[in-house]
Amino acid sequence: MIEVAGLTKRYGPTLAVSDVSFEVQKGEVLGFLGPNGAGKTTTMRVITGYLAPSEGRIRVAGYDVVDEPLEAKRRTGYLPETPPVYPDMTVTEYLAFVARIKGVGRREIKKRIEEVSEKCAVTDVQRRQIGKLSKGYRQRVGLAQALIHNPDVLILDEPTAGLDPKQIIETRELIKGLAGQHTVVLSTHILPEVSKTCQRVLVINTGKIVASGTPEELTQRLQGYETVLLTVEGPAAEIMDKLQRVSGVNVVEPREAADSRVTFEVHAEKGRDVRAELARAVVESQWKLLELKTSGLSLEDIFLKLTTKDLSEESAAKDLPSALGSDLDEKSPASEN
Amino acid sequence: MRYVFAVAGKELRAYFHSPIAYLVMTVYAGLCGFFFYSFTATYVMQSFRMQAMGGMGAPPMSLNEYIIRPLLAGVLTVVLLLLVPLITMRLYAEEKRSGTIELLLTSPLTDLQIILGKFLGALALYAVLIAVTFFYIGILFVYGNPNAKPLLAQILGLLLYGAALLALGMWFSTFTKNQIVAGVIAFAVFLLLFVLDWVTAYSTGTAGRVISYMSLTTHFDNFAKGVIDLSDVVFYFSVTFMGIFLTARSVEALKGRA
Repeated sequence: MIEVAGLTKRYGPTLAVSDVSFEVQKGEVLGFLGPNGAGKTTTMRVITGYLAPSEGRIRVAGYDVVDEPLEAKRRTGYLPETPPVYPDMTVTEYLAFVARIKGVGRREIKKRIEEVSEKCAVTDVQRRQIGKLSKGYRQRVGLAQALIHNPDVLILDEPTAGLDPKQIIETRELIKGLAGQHTVVLSTHILPEVSKTCQRVLVINTGKIVASGTPEELTQRLQGYETVLLTVEGPAAEIMDKLQRVSGVNVVEPREAADSRVTFEVHAEKGRDVRAELARAVVESQWKLLELKTSGLSLEDIFLKLTTKDLSEESAAKDLPSALGSDLDEKSPASEN
Repeated sequence: MRYVFAVAGKELRAYFHSPIAYLVMTVYAGLCGFFFYSFTATYVMQSFRMQAMGGMGAPPMSLNEYIIRPLLAGVLTVVLLLLVPLITMRLYAEEKRSGTIELLLTSPLTDLQIILGKFLGALALYAVLIAVTFFYIGILFVYGNPNAKPLLAQILGLLLYGAALLALGMWFSTFTKNQIVAGVIAFAVFLLLFVLDWVTAYSTGTAGRVISYMSLTTHFDNFAKGVIDLSDVVFYFSVTFMGIFLTARSVEALKGRA
């Protein structure tokens, strides 16, 4: 549905996006992950036709975004970081306007407004001026506008930014529900969001793709060890010693201590589940086992690992552009418009 | 095209949902009214004086010459110079500031359709102002007997003059996210062009004539007299076209194209 090949975007001397290539299949939900200024928004702006690429070809639903912009835009719904709403209009007026400029047939407009308002839960504020709505409602109106012409492709830039927890969950459910019928690309900083809503992830840093794959693939590739967290009540030094001796355990580190409770972080060999043995070790010695859980390398850690200068060897070996190694030393940060 | 009208409708609605339309109409109507009163009062006074002196066999003072023409050519062209920036300043600046320009530029309509739509919306508001003018002139027809023939030329002239100003103002609006700056730039440029006309009133050389030709107000004089001179029409069309063309280029630059 979306084909991006060799996308490069320059703002004068600054290279915002450099040789980015990827494909999104019909019905897929792809996540863009990356720090601020990585080039996520710029990439999205090129896909939606707002910006012209300096180099590269981009096709959406089979239409080249530069050569056949009208056809491509007709099939794209876009929610920028700030919902592009007109504060003086009411929700209905605004959706009607967007429907008109997106090419929705006159007879369809009213019906589509109702459908989309219901889907995005803005029916009770339809008559209100958008300027008077809360951020959460405005975001939902923004989402409604992206959906109103029933596009094949949806590009969502930080769709849950600024929403309260309840709204975030609702929006994520909504996005998950869109998969299959629509092809979705969303960008975010919120890492749990990626693992919850996206089937595939693209990690972008300083304008280049540094990793791509499913959340599980990334976690597997980058994690060098299994991590288990235990909270035990008892003598710290002895516990540490005992845990160290459990087979498969490499490192035991105390993390927190309060009264006689200590929390340890245990690193075990990759692939080995040492939870049972750890539990037995604690209980055998008559100490109180208060909490035991696995702590995988969180997406946060992956994110940080991939986006700071010390990249692990494993990720460099896998599917990264070969130019990455030499460019790591460059200091120039990309800037987004 | 439908898209052009959709955008034009949105602009017009936006004008009337904000204080701008009402502010501009009030100021315009106020100034128009004041000068209308002033000219009419002078006319009445002078008429009486002429009559008192026995008329001297001269024909009655022409309403057209003493009220309508000075009002249109002398006063209103200047007033409009100052008010049009208020109309055009938000056209692109506000879209850029609020991010709604992303909506417009990622929707399946061409840049030109957006530009024409905005231009038409502004022109519609401007047309309301012109209508106000002719309300005053209408009063003259009720109480007096002015010549109706120049009216057509005068309306056309005002519309063409406005179109040129609006197109340029729209272009200035693409420069910045700040409406005020856009308005000030338009205001400054229009004022400069107007002053050029004053300054060259006393110079007879070629340079003087060329600069005077560039002034937006001089070309209105013929229209005010009731004369539709093709060169004046072409002038205003050219300026309008230039404004729209430059706006299109400016928008392209916004998108990062050469």
